[in-house]
Amino acid sequence: MTDLLQHAFNGLVNGSFYALLALGLAVIFGMLGVVNFAHGAFYMLGAFGAFILLNEAGVNFWVALLVVPLALGAVGMALERLLVRRLVALDPLYNFLLTFGLTLILQDLLRMKYGSQPQPYPQPAGLRGTVDLGLFDFPAYQVFVLVFSVLVSVGAWLLLARTRVGMIIRAATERPELTRAMGIDVGRWISPVFGFGIALAALSGVLAAPMRAVSPLMGADLIILVFAVVVIGGLGSIFGSVAAGFLIGMLQALGNVYVPGLATTSVFILMAVVLLWRPAGLFGREETAV
Amino acid sequence: MTALVFRKLAAMPRLWRLVAVLGGLLIALALPWLIYPPIAMDIVAWALFAVALDLLLGFTGLLSFGHAAFWGSAAYTAGTIAIETGAPFPVAVLGAAVVAMVLAVPIALLAVRRTGIYFAMVTLAFAQMVYYVANQWRGLTGGENGLQGIPKNLFGLDLSDPFYFYYAGLPIALIGLLIAWRVVHSPFGRVLVAIRENPARSRSLGYPVDRYKVMVFVISAGLSGLAGGLYAVSHGFASLQEVYWTTSGKVVIMTVLGGIGTLWGSMIGAAVIVQVEDYLATSGIHIGPVNITGPGLITGLIFVGVVLLFRRGVWGTVAHLLRRRRHVPDAEPHLSGTTVPAAEQEPAVAPKS
Repeated sequence: MTDLLQHAFNGLVNGSFYALLALGLAVIFGMLGVVNFAHGAFYMLGAFGAFILLNEAGVNFWVALLVVPLALGAVGMALERLLVRRLVALDPLYNFLLTFGLTLILQDLLRMKYGSQPQPYPQPAGLRGTVDLGLFDFPAYQVFVLVFSVLVSVGAWLLLARTRVGMIIRAATERPELTRAMGIDVGRWISPVFGFGIALAALSGVLAAPMRAVSPLMGADLIILVFAVVVIGGLGSIFGSVAAGFLIGMLQALGNVYVPGLATTSVFILMAVVLLWRPAGLFGREETAV
Repeated sequence: MTALVFRKLAAMPRLWRLVAVLGGLLIALALPWLIYPPIAMDIVAWALFAVALDLLLGFTGLLSFGHAAFWGSAAYTAGTIAIETGAPFPVAVLGAAVVAMVLAVPIALLAVRRTGIYFAMVTLAFAQMVYYVANQWRGLTGGENGLQGIPKNLFGLDLSDPFYFYYAGLPIALIGLLIAWRVVHSPFGRVLVAIRENPARSRSLGYPVDRYKVMVFVISAGLSGLAGGLYAVSHGFASLQEVYWTTSGKVVIMTVLGGIGTLWGSMIGAAVIVQVEDYLATSGIHIGPVNITGPGLITGLIFVGVVLLFRRGVWGTVAHLLRRRRHVPDAEPHLSGTTVPAAEQEPAVAPKS
């Protein structure tokens, strides 16, 4: 039983990465109708940002946790202004292809500079060792990751549900034309929302650095899993994406224990089931057009 | 004078087509004289792969971002058949195509439940699943070592020289291309275009849209399998790279660069990308202290550039210019059935902002 709980907990920790990435994807998709393939690349850049700051400037984890997402969020806003915006009026597949190309570029630039070998990043002082969770001991850093990402998810939800900005964003996500007709300048919020989504990806990257080795390829494989997560959760639903993220983290961890061979494929099998049973996703609404 | 000839030629599409087909055949036959023969074989295999993708992307408006699953599983199948049974390589390649088609059936049935960008994500995810399975199923795929020593058997002929193997393999690719051409120019192909343009209307006219999508998906997977099998036999090995998502992306960029919905364009795109990647792999680009090696950066830049500035692609641009000469309106190229017909669009000649 304790074992089971421990595995479930492990799964939640992994799930928190899915959740944060899926949240960013969902926010961007809602506002712009863009599926950002480069999300994984920004996760990787987040981890590399922390790695580079530590090795070149001796900046510690906590500062990186604040600075890197802000910096990459700004990069994201610039990216939206310069490139993504040009294609928004066209078929969404063009932006998917654009961000795919960006992923290849970013990945290769870092590979040329740092090689494709995974590099270690030390755990922050104060979060080494384990904490006693009553039933079992658990690595302190993993506990921190879980708590922190739940807080970020809840914070994002409060921001969207309880603030005026959040209301505008939700309204613009659901009915952009109507929101515009109410006299609200929707366009003003597009760049910040894109930047926010990217910042979330960067944040998960920084969080991942001490847990997973830093490498140029760390984002791409992950983002494809997150695509499966958002297909399962329903990309239109912010709550659905986050819930599916945690759920799938758990599923994978438990799958790993009981059916080791199926662990990596369990997500895709679940995706197949969801496609058969509820094509719009567990929490999604039916697409209107097409 | 030349302008007059040009205009007369432009007015004779059938003659044009004949010229294009003969020219293409001539180039295909001359290719191993012009460039390094193994690269020539790569171009032919990738050209067929890109054409297979174009059946979906260009003619049905479905972006499959998971075609590496079919190319890669075919590569493994062809390799396994050739190694285990010693069958002639065309048999191995054909077997590979059949396996790719069988694999495509469940993926297609599930993927057609979503459209547009979701279709791309679902196919990408299933292809990644195939990748994980290939990675784990070491007994069959050799894991990270891949399948090595795939023989090129053909009734005792010595095909170890890539120059001769090219001519042994070319007919298989040509048959694949012919099938694609037949599909596009058949009533079935016209229905696909109708589905691309307006799925709702096609459905209300009584066409089972999803069944058509599944059928063309399976055909496309079969042709991709033919290409992937040929590629594996030509190289003598099949690796995990063949099922990886970068392979899916590479074939998409070939099709988009050449011009979607044009078949010819896909072949041109394949030729360009294969040559660029070969050049980068062998010599690389050196700008001062910067050494660009490996394909990612340049392929990525081509991707971004094409999507932003050159969406018609090579063949699409040529066709567009020809049509403009004859004052035939045409539309901005589009991926799925969400765009408006040419007549309702801005004039195609207007500069894009």
